[in-house]
Amino acid sequence: MAALMIGGAGERLAAYGHLVRAQVRSQAQYRTSLVVDVVGSVAFGVLDVVTVIVFFRVTSDLAGFSFPEVFLMTTLTSCAFSLADLCVGNVERLRFFVRTGLFDAVLVRPLGTLVQLLAMDIAPRRVGRVVLGVALVVTAAVHAHVPASPAHIALLVVTPLAGAVIFSSIFVATSSVTFWWIESGEFGNALTYGGHDFASYPLNIYGAALRRIFAYGLGFAFVAYYPTLSLLGRTDPLGAPAFLGYASPLIALFTAGVAALFWRLGIRHYRSTGS
Amino acid sequence: MTIIEAQGLRKEFSVRVKTGRLRRETRRVAAVDGIDLAVERGEMLGYIGPNGAGKSTTLKMLTGVLYPSGGRVRVCGFEPVPQRIELARRIGVVFGQRSQLWWDLPLGDSFELLRHVYRVHAGDHAERLSRCRRLLELDAFLDTPVRQLSLGQRMRGELTAALLHGPEVLFLDEPTIGLDVVSKQAVRAFIGSLGASGDTTLVLTTHDLADIERLCRRLVVIDHGRVVHDGSLEDLHQRYRSQRRVVVDLDEPLATPLVLPGVSVESTAAGGRRVTYTLDGDAITAGDLVRRLTEGARLRDISILEPSIEDVVARLYTERSVSR
Repeated sequence: MAALMIGGAGERLAAYGHLVRAQVRSQAQYRTSLVVDVVGSVAFGVLDVVTVIVFFRVTSDLAGFSFPEVFLMTTLTSCAFSLADLCVGNVERLRFFVRTGLFDAVLVRPLGTLVQLLAMDIAPRRVGRVVLGVALVVTAAVHAHVPASPAHIALLVVTPLAGAVIFSSIFVATSSVTFWWIESGEFGNALTYGGHDFASYPLNIYGAALRRIFAYGLGFAFVAYYPTLSLLGRTDPLGAPAFLGYASPLIALFTAGVAALFWRLGIRHYRSTGS
Repeated sequence: MTIIEAQGLRKEFSVRVKTGRLRRETRRVAAVDGIDLAVERGEMLGYIGPNGAGKSTTLKMLTGVLYPSGGRVRVCGFEPVPQRIELARRIGVVFGQRSQLWWDLPLGDSFELLRHVYRVHAGDHAERLSRCRRLLELDAFLDTPVRQLSLGQRMRGELTAALLHGPEVLFLDEPTIGLDVVSKQAVRAFIGSLGASGDTTLVLTTHDLADIERLCRRLVVIDHGRVVHDGSLEDLHQRYRSQRRVVVDLDEPLATPLVLPGVSVESTAAGGRRVTYTLDGDAITAGDLVRRLTEGARLRDISILEPSIEDVVARLYTERSVSR
């Protein structure tokens, strides 16, 4: 993905900017539905964190972690996910583009395919949830007494961004499966929404098999768990080294590379539709 | 200068075929099966063939949409898929069935957006747009959202959209499909004027052979993924020995049937007073036939029917499928 996103000068960025604005203008044509959508997306964001609050009404600790600690993981995950959903979530529309052959039109324009698709289909309604996500991360960090040192603040800012890239990579990689099997929606949702729930809680509540696949195989341990340990100065009950808390950006770059590879292979495999 | 070059171009798809109640087999089917093509700059090429012959598949390989399964292809000196973005700047594409325009925005907004997408200089853009506005009469619906346009209006919009960046090659896939007569003529006249200027190379696929007759000097016919004819329309008539027909109205039926080499009776009507003859190639002229007829009967009326391209192409298609 990185390779697809870089590679153009400011002019190309400007072109994408125009595409995004055109999409926002298109959506503004249906004003009532926009308002309803914004409210709905914020409600979803609230539901995310309510689950954790409900948990801790019946217990005061979750596998050795207190409410403020888990709350920080949950809000970091939610913030990363909503950011990814805003920027890349509409990649699931690829299915529609491939099925109808509209993807042909994307391929004959002199811009990157992925970025074009995202810009043409961006959903401004999802901004509400991102704003909420940021506010909740700040609240959770204060509540968990994260030290206000430059290193901690930097980590707090970088973590949701790296997490967003990890989620985005999963979105892109699972969507490119469409190029092979046109109806492949549920498979993608299992990984993205499943990953979101997985990353919201401490790793040690899961069994070893699940941990291996989701935490390490797909990189979800780096969305919130390891960075939270570093933010709070805790050691990992599973014995992982402390530097992993700072490794998220690297992991994010790696997953983005893998996603880009999937995308490229997928485009080569694109079959288009009759006439 | 050769602007489009293809050698042994192939595209295979795998198709799952039902072979039993539950059994399915995957078979490789070649939609395009080794096509050689060379198009010079400024040419207007008609690319025709029956449904499923591989027309659109070829076009998609030339425009960088589909990755070829084999062979070599160059358009404007680029390899279409690996150099898709460089190529996209130099070609324009109109897919009759797929819109390049922004559905919910006024038509004019799409043109403005495309200026940014293709990074066209504002002056060039304005000049090309005003030309299209004049020739295609866009002004009446420039502020209408694309979703509210009629098909004919939309197609005129699509043509404009494909030309605003001054492409070297314009690919038109069924540009007149579904249009009413007036829109069809407007679109044809416009494409014709483009070709006449000689700057733009045109590749046109169509089912409407009138498009070809009006616009293209060169005709490539494909069937089952292979080129079966490449040449002018006259070549095609000659090669398939197109038959002219002479219809004569007589005062009385002929007493003895006319026997002439190269002439055969296609049908008789009105009790033998109207006869339709077909003339085989150059063996005999219509003049000879008429002269012979007047020797034995009184002619009331004659009409000569030129071979139609539909007939030739229909014959071509059926001959091919019989020979397989």
